[in-house]
Amino acid sequence: MTTDFYNEMYDSAGMLRPHYRVFAEWLDAMSPERLASKLAEADTTFRRLGITFAVYGEKAGTERLIPFDIVPRIIPAAEWTALQAGLWQRVKALNAFLHDIYHDQEILSAGHIPPEQVLNNAQFRREMIGVDLPAGIYAHIAGVDMVRAGAGESYVLEDNLRVPSGVSYMLENRKMMMRLFPELFSRHMIAPVQHYPDMLLENLRTVAPKGVADPTVVVLTPGAYNSAYFEHSFLAQQMGVELVEGRDLFVKDQAVFMRTTQGPQRVDVIYRRLDDDFLDPLAFNKESMLGVPGLLGAYQAGNVNLANAIGAGVADDKSIYPYVPEMIRFYLGEEPILRNVPTWMLRKPDDLKYVLAHLPELVVKEVHGAGGYGMLVGPASSKVEIEDFRARIVAAPEKYIAQPTLALATCPTFVDSGIAPRHLDLRPFVLSGESIRMVPGGLTRVALREGSLVVNSSQGGGTKDTWVLEY
Amino acid sequence: MLSRTADHLYWMARSTERAENMARLLDASYQMSMVPQPLAAQNENWRAILALNSQEEAFARAYDEVNAENVLRFTVADAANPSSIYSCLRAARENAHAVRGTLTAEMWESVNATWIELHQQGAEQLLARGVSEFFEWVKLRSAVTRGVTFGTMLRDDALHFIRLGGLLERGDNTARILDMQYHVLRDGDEGASDFYRWGALLRSLSAFQVYRKVYRDALTPARVAELLILRMDLPRSLHSCADGIVRMLPLIANSASAETQRQAGVLHARLHFGRIEDVLAGGLHEYLTDFMDRIYELGEGISHAFLMPA
Repeated sequence: MTTDFYNEMYDSAGMLRPHYRVFAEWLDAMSPERLASKLAEADTTFRRLGITFAVYGEKAGTERLIPFDIVPRIIPAAEWTALQAGLWQRVKALNAFLHDIYHDQEILSAGHIPPEQVLNNAQFRREMIGVDLPAGIYAHIAGVDMVRAGAGESYVLEDNLRVPSGVSYMLENRKMMMRLFPELFSRHMIAPVQHYPDMLLENLRTVAPKGVADPTVVVLTPGAYNSAYFEHSFLAQQMGVELVEGRDLFVKDQAVFMRTTQGPQRVDVIYRRLDDDFLDPLAFNKESMLGVPGLLGAYQAGNVNLANAIGAGVADDKSIYPYVPEMIRFYLGEEPILRNVPTWMLRKPDDLKYVLAHLPELVVKEVHGAGGYGMLVGPASSKVEIEDFRARIVAAPEKYIAQPTLALATCPTFVDSGIAPRHLDLRPFVLSGESIRMVPGGLTRVALREGSLVVNSSQGGGTKDTWVLEY
Repeated sequence: MLSRTADHLYWMARSTERAENMARLLDASYQMSMVPQPLAAQNENWRAILALNSQEEAFARAYDEVNAENVLRFTVADAANPSSIYSCLRAARENAHAVRGTLTAEMWESVNATWIELHQQGAEQLLARGVSEFFEWVKLRSAVTRGVTFGTMLRDDALHFIRLGGLLERGDNTARILDMQYHVLRDGDEGASDFYRWGALLRSLSAFQVYRKVYRDALTPARVAELLILRMDLPRSLHSCADGIVRMLPLIANSASAETQRQAGVLHARLHFGRIEDVLAGGLHEYLTDFMDRIYELGEGISHAFLMPA
């Protein structure tokens, strides 16, 4: 099985990679019928349990399953160790950057980043200037998207520091694999991930406001119609904390309370799954019915902590992404362990010129886009689509960045025609508080359409269980 | 517990119970419509069902004529009617969905499965397969949900609010069904058909065999009223519902709920120490109307004290 792409399971000569040997033996011994029936079982179970996500742009209230693939993504121990070191380094630098730009702005004075890129960024929140946060942490939960390309080298595609989602699928996928194929877990030393909710709760409790002995943590959701509502509800339940909506909370004397059947109860840490704009109608979007009036004031006064912090989004913005290696050098005095994808910033005339001349080869993304919406994948687009996009770029070049089309790695995946290679990425979750920690694993997303590079679930992507081996 | 969570649980239970009671009421009416009687009288019965929830106007806006087919469509399948069985089961599912983390997996699956089945098949199609079969299905699904609720939920506030919602709704519904049928029966001509009508009323509240067991005698209006109002050990009687309410309230009491507890105590005492002779002497309709007003007040009190605190 040789292809032009790096394959997670086979090397370029078509030989099985050592960490997939045991799995491949097991797979060879399985009949296609049994595999198909196991896939069907997974589907039925996910649907019955209501593990679904809502799709925007389709009929209101449409709930869909995220397709689950039974061929796992296996990561050898040594590779994970290196990856983890790189992720910690990167997330530490990002947190240091956020603290810096809301305080002394040394990185700007030192000339490493053009100040207007930060200060005029829509995600930069002036309200946060001078606000001191517990442990100095802004991104308590980071979901860093990693891809592998070329001959197997890893790149960071995106640092998600606002409300990264997907961790519930990491946990449910593992549960499903253990249920469908328990024998695989006795044949491998697979690092467990199920303690993630405990680790998350501990992490959130370490960043409670000073002097709170037994902090009350809540999960704040936009509500049952949000696409990630299942995850909000799942995490609250797994942590054993209340799942609240904005209307369940109120602010009195700059402190946050929730309305309970036994009267108001003080809230210390809010794991919010709501964008900055919707958090407080008095401070941000006045139309927001989802937030809590006065929340910003209570937060600035240090009486409640939010995870992630207001204004963390400026560090994961695509226009700031090219500077992350510089941040690592500046704050940590280290060389970056993880690679960035080379990025053209179309606000720069030279970059714009180059990109417009090479559109059919490149991937162009909106600076503020997410979820695989509003992007151009040059090699997979028609002439008309490319020309349409060109017009949008020319009209507002500062809204776009471009990157080379990476030869994304593939992994064998169960599809209609049998088992075939499909492109994939990996989103590990990094928790920062008093210390920095993560569970060994993450969410592996896979593009199920042949040749497709877009793994987002909103664009028809699926997921795989991710195994980090313990030897 | 979060007030909104309690609110969703309470209304999930009320909606489920209301769907079941609507099925019971319609089933009784449907059975009675098979007793020989002039068409005008039959349609009068269907009109009474609309009057029960003060829905004559809403009905008239969408339908030309009060007859069995139209009233059944309106009360069973009409998504625009918030009291239709379809709407109640949708509301139950939506409330459950909003607090699924609080429910046991079995409970969520039960409520969700009911809705999926109704939604996929369509209430109209279910009706076409047979009216009585459909009502049986609604009652059965309600029983399954109640069963997994009691069989799987922790005995904590979540369960108490579910119980409270179900009891309030059931008490109110039994009073409505009795009020309506008593009205129809009292105004009707006496005769053999009365037996069938009383029988249908009792059956709709699962009380026919109970009546036989308790009274071992012919059906009389006074005894039917006594059974459905004052009998402590009949699960759908007003007394039994009030019993449950006064048992639940102290378990969830807070600093704002004393008045509601007092009112529940008064309601319960009237049923516990009441006599059917006195009830009938004061007028059954008046008595039931007063009961429904008190249940409404209790609902308001519960809402202010627990579910929607200012």
